[in-house]
Amino acid sequence: MSQGAVGEPLLQVDDISVYYGNIAAVKGLSMSVPQGAIVTLIGSNGAGKSTTLRTISGLLHPKSGRITFEGKEISRSPGHEVVGMGIAHSPEGRRIFPRMTVDENLELGAFTRDDKEGIAADRDHVLELFPRLAERINQKAGTMSGGEQQMLAVARAMMAKPRLLLLDEPSMGLAPVLVDLIFDTIEKIRESGVTILLVEQNALAALRVADYAYVMESGFLKLQGPARELAEDDEVVRAYLGG
Amino acid sequence: MTTATAVEQAEMRIAMTRKEAVGRLLGVVLLLGVAAWLVLNLVTAPSQFFNSLLFGIGNGALYALIALGYTLVYGIIELINFAHGDLFMLSTVFSGFMMVYWLGAEGANPASWAKLLLTLVLAMGFGATINVLIERVAYRRLRRAPRLAALITAVGMSFILQWVGLRWNGSAPRLWPTVVPEGGISIGDVTLQYSTIMVVTFTIPVLLLLTYVVQRTKQGRAMRATAQDQDAARLMGINVDRTIAFTFALGGAMAGAAGLLYLEAVGTTRYDAGFHLGLIAFTAAVLGGIGNLAGAVLGGFLIGIIQGLNDGLPYGFGQKWSQTVVFSILIMVMVFKPTGILGQPTVEKV
Ligand SMILES: Nc1ncnc2c1ncn2[C@@H]1O[C@H](COP(=O)(O)OP(=O)(O)OP(=O)(O)O)[C@@H](O)[C@H]1O
Ligand SMILES: [Mg+2]
Repeated sequence: MSQGAVGEPLLQVDDISVYYGNIAAVKGLSMSVPQGAIVTLIGSNGAGKSTTLRTISGLLHPKSGRITFEGKEISRSPGHEVVGMGIAHSPEGRRIFPRMTVDENLELGAFTRDDKEGIAADRDHVLELFPRLAERINQKAGTMSGGEQQMLAVARAMMAKPRLLLLDEPSMGLAPVLVDLIFDTIEKIRESGVTILLVEQNALAALRVADYAYVMESGFLKLQGPARELAEDDEVVRAYLGG
Repeated sequence: MTTATAVEQAEMRIAMTRKEAVGRLLGVVLLLGVAAWLVLNLVTAPSQFFNSLLFGIGNGALYALIALGYTLVYGIIELINFAHGDLFMLSTVFSGFMMVYWLGAEGANPASWAKLLLTLVLAMGFGATINVLIERVAYRRLRRAPRLAALITAVGMSFILQWVGLRWNGSAPRLWPTVVPEGGISIGDVTLQYSTIMVVTFTIPVLLLLTYVVQRTKQGRAMRATAQDQDAARLMGINVDRTIAFTFALGGAMAGAAGLLYLEAVGTTRYDAGFHLGLIAFTAAVLGGIGNLAGAVLGGFLIGIIQGLNDGLPYGFGQKWSQTVVFSILIMVMVFKPTGILGQPTVEKV
């Protein structure tokens, strides 16, 4: 915690470039996520948002540039170590374990932890956030509705007790009521002290909950600024946010 | 438009149910036929029936152990590990050398049986180590390559292991003295062979141990998660490479145990023993539903028993047709249930 001193961001991304083979998906991106904030990363399809999140959580590694979390460089850390450092990732497309029950999925979310009581408490906490999951606790996750699976994906990430939560399109494919529920929950999660980096297609909704926003286009960072300012700038909305 | 499609769909559904009904009827008829055949044999030659059954159970245990290795690996990385039967064969040779030369076990006595127990552990360690090495050297780097590349590599690995077996054990079948006494416990004309007792008493704890590891331990949970979604497993903090290696270790340990038990039960091995038994065990894994652990055990025992009964019963096709009967049954099961007996998309894979 000593490293989270005032002024220093929780997560710092410095000029990273990420490739799939020869193709660059992220080109010289820099961004920072302050402690306790909700930061959103938006942009059109194929802009490189998911790639950025996957690089932060160690599934991919940048070809150049560096990523630091709580002052420690993590750009070379393998994926399975990053979650133990305090970064949990709810991936695009949910990626829950379909042939396991809701409970087993939550248990896997806490895979790196040993504190039995803490895990039990967090389980209660996420089931309180998503009462629907409590009702389906012994159901095979693959048989749940899309919305329920999305809740599970977020709840599972929370089970890691992260200090930084990466959410990739948590509202994808959900009915409007559920979208509101997810965004409400995101705010609640922040209130419980977790910093959030949110990737969204639903840009206007994301700008409403976020403090700060980054806009990507074809791998490049196009814009950044306080979320409210971006949302109110008509030109920005028209050009980048499909308003 | 919409009504037309609805009608079409309804028609398709009726056609499907009709087809299913015919299939089910055929299946029932076949099962009744098999049951009638069993009853006929049981009534006319009861002691032969039970002797064949017991013999089949002993073989089935070995098939089950080997089938587990196929199904574990397939369950986690969807690779048919062609070299697995040959790993079993190497384990028979290892067990022979360990028992006879390195531990000097001689005759059927308690000292030898203690050595047998020790060799079981060592053979399991041997199988595990070799399987992990194979994965590390050959399969790991091919994990993102096309499926065929890994498959061909597995075939190549099979040849390499056979070559090692040939150099180690010799090109001819080699007789190894065993420590299991001849004969068995008889009740009337029915004899429970000591070798069958040994195989089954060693197999059961090994299977229980495996079940415990997969169902109850953190490693087992990591295996099941990795089998379902590798990237998601990584995001949970699971070391996927290590988990896959661990799965190979488990499968190798099962092959190691099977190697020792086979050698002690049969008393001879050859460099190509793994081809034959591997094929049968792979069939057992497919029959039970590849990727499904309980299915591999079920398939193994089923094939063992079917073979035993077919080979030993007066109204059977006889040993010459053993293979044909096994594969005919496999084909029939595949026709009626392509996923195997216990293989269901929603069932736990690993
Ligand atoms: N596994 C992959 N192999 C090759 N190229 C990839 C791969 N994944 C993504 N890409 C490419 O990288 C670019 C960025 O993809 P990314 O998934 O990061 O976009 P995104 O901003 O998340 O888009 P969306 O909003 O559609 O999810 C795209 O052009 C995509 O085609
Ligand atoms: Mg994306």
